[in-house]
Parts: sequence; C-alpha cells; structure tokens
Amino acid sequence: MEVIIENLPLYWEGLLRTLFLSAVSGIIALVVGTLLAAARVSPVAALRGFSTVYVEVLRNTPLTIAFFFAAIVLPRLGVTFQQFEVAAIIALSAYTAAFIAEAVRSGVNSVPIGQAEAARSIGMKFGQVLSLIVLPQALRTVIPPLINILIALVKNSSVAGAFFVLELFGYGRQMANANGDQVMAVLLGVAFFYLLLTVPLGILASTVERKVAIAR
Amino acid sequence: MTTHVPGDALVSLNGVNKHYGQLHVLKDINLQVKKGEVVVVIGPSGSGKSTLCRAINRLETIEGGTISIDGKVLPEEGKELAQLRADVGMVFQSFNLFAHKTILENVTLGPIKVKGVAKAQADKEAMALLDRVGVGHQAPKLPAQLSGGQQQRVAIARALAMKPKVMLFDEPTSALDPEMINEVLDVMIQLAKEGMTMVVVTHEMGFARKAADRVVFMADGQIVEDATPEEFFTNPKSDRAKDFLSKLLTH
Repeated sequence: MEVIIENLPLYWEGLLRTLFLSAVSGIIALVVGTLLAAARVSPVAALRGFSTVYVEVLRNTPLTIAFFFAAIVLPRLGVTFQQFEVAAIIALSAYTAAFIAEAVRSGVNSVPIGQAEAARSIGMKFGQVLSLIVLPQALRTVIPPLINILIALVKNSSVAGAFFVLELFGYGRQMANANGDQVMAVLLGVAFFYLLLTVPLGILASTVERKVAIAR
Repeated sequence: MTTHVPGDALVSLNGVNKHYGQLHVLKDINLQVKKGEVVVVIGPSGSGKSTLCRAINRLETIEGGTISIDGKVLPEEGKELAQLRADVGMVFQSFNLFAHKTILENVTLGPIKVKGVAKAQADKEAMALLDRVGVGHQAPKLPAQLSGGQQQRVAIARALAMKPKVMLFDEPTSALDPEMINEVLDVMIQLAKEGMTMVVVTHEMGFARKAADRVVFMADGQIVEDATPEEFFTNPKSDRAKDFLSKLLTH
C-alpha cells in the first residue's frame, strides 16, 4: 500500500495522461466514426465501399497492429511525429472510429425508412436528411453502445504504454520496475485508477439509458 | 385559390419499366397528368400502383423510360433531384411524420431548411395550414400523441407547406381506422376542388367517383384502363377491371 501512497503524484499524472489520450482520441473517433457511418449509408457506391472496407479491416485486426502502423509504418512513409503520443492518438482514434461507425450505422438502421423517405420527399438533401431527421432519432439507440466503446477506449489506451507513451499503464510499468518487491500493489493501484475513469462512464451509460426510456 | 382548369402535362411518364429481381413491376408505363387534374390509380394489390406513385418522385428508381415533372426529366441523385422533390408533395400510407419533432415543426421544417423561409413566416403559414386541415390546436404536440387520421392530415399539411406543383398520395387511408378515413378524404376532396394536381393511389372508390377526373386501373404492372370515373365504374372495358369491380361490389 505504501508504494501507492508514495507514488500518488505519478499515478495522478498517469491518470491525467490517460484521460487526455482517451478524450482526444474519443472526440476524433466520434467525428470520424460518424462520417464513416454516413458514408456507409450514402447513395455513392464508392463511399459505401471505402467505409465498409475501413470498418471491417480495423474492427477485425488487433489494436497493436494499428499501433505498429502508426508508430513504425507511418514514419517510413514520411509522416513523422515529435512525440509518440501523436502516433498513439492516431492509432486509437483510427481503431475506435471503426467501432463507432458500426454503432452509429446500427442506430441509423433502427430509424424506420419512412422517416428518411418523408425527409427526402420534402426536398432535403442527403446531409440534411441525416443530420436533421435520422441521426437525432438514432442517437437514442446509439448512446449506450457508444459509452461502452468509450470505456473500451480508456482501457485500450494502455497499449500506448507499451509504445513508450507515459500514461497510467506506462507509469505503472515504471513504478513496477522501480519497486520490484511490490509489483502486486503497484498494479492493483493502476487497476484502481482505471476504475476511477471507467466506472463513472458505466454509471453515465445506465443513467442515459433510463432517461432515454422515459423520453419515448 | 386557383380555379379548376386542366392544362399542359405536369407529370409525364414515358415507357417506364422496373423490375424487382424477376418480377416486372412496371411494364412500359405511359401516363400524362395535366395541371389541375386529379388522377386516381386503382388496382389489385401487387399491381404496381404504389411503385408507380413512388417512382414519380424517385423514391423508387426506374430502369427504362423517363419521368418528367413540369417539363424537367427527373435527375439522378443529388441537388437537382432534391430541388425537384421539393415541388412534389408526397403523402404516405404510414404518415411518416418526423417522430422527434412537434406537429408545428413537422410542417415548418421543409420551408425553413429547404426553402430558407424565415421562421416567423414559416410558423404563420404552417399554423394556417394546420387550421385548414383541422389540427391547429395540436401544434405543440408530438406525432405519437395524435390519432392516425390527425397524423395523416398533418402529413398533408407538411406536404402543402412546400407549395408543391403536384401532390402524390400513396394509399393515404389504408392504415387508418374506418372512422378516421373520412376526415382525411374530406381534406383531399377540398384540395381537389381548389385545383391541386393530384395522383392518388387508393382503394376508396367513393373518393374516385367524387373527386377524380380520371381513373387509371392497373394490373400486373400495366395500365389496363384509363377512363373517366363515370365510364370506368359503369362500363369497364377489360375483363380484369370487370373482375376487380365485381369483387368490390359483393361486400
């Protein structure tokens, strides 16, 4: 226990870095994922094809591969970063966007087709149909799975620790190395601080779920 | 309101064909609807009448032939298609009111977002339309709080708010309880009297007799008869139409 209290500043710093990584990647993934979902249901075949391939590839390969691509392959293609953190954000958002795209797409499909037909028949363009009619109605079904994806994102961000990004897991590794006799306590501390981030998200998910149930 | 003066062809279908897989749902359809004309399309289920109606604003794509509205051929997807659809009002069997918007918003959304009408102006016009179809007092409610007949009248108001050149009705009373059918038909008859160009797919023969200028009878994806209501109901020419009418009259 002592080792946790002694290293509280490090844990705190790690927590903030993890929060930062997750928040930035989460926001990028939400935007990209929604755009991918829009492409998936668009009338343009090329967009549908691109979105489908993207989602299937990223969703069905391990996150570590996305990290290797961002950290090793991208620099060889001329995309260089000052910090590994940028590579981590790219990998996490690219990977998470695929899951968000699937959640949003299933939400879009849960809205009866007649809603979109009615919107089109009063002259709305594709973007308006989606943003004014379909997505607001899809949101209700989409929010609970979206929060689950964000919880997974917080945990997935620990992979960045293995790529020399100092976040909660990265600091945890450092502390474990420095305190070889108290590895167990250090790791329990790391787990505790992850729970500090993910449990509130879970509570938020169930609260939103209840709210949505009343709104119907 | 304009008086009832049928003029040039407003809706024109020439050699329209469509398949659903193996099924040939529209076979070489030719149909002209003049300005101010009310055309009622009837026929047994599966005859292609709904598909025909939905093809006119391209909710169904077609494989051959052309459809034009007011002289303009229906474009493929994109901005031009959206613009053309704004001129064609559509009323669906299942109403399709926007479930997350109030009754008033359902009617104002098109004018505000598609035509760029100012909100105050759109609200005023929408209230006038809602009063006209008899649901003005329901304006702040959500669609789910209204009866089917009321929802369908709102749907008509929503289409009218775009000031369309032609109104399409795809079985507008088929999903309604019997006691609500008349309140919707009354609104439609009023519209017809005011000179609106209408294409109505329906099973309501009373409406066809009362309001139609022409009755188009479809069977198996083809237009079998195209006559005045008087002619069609008293003296149908084809066996298909005779058979169809005899089945209606036995009940």
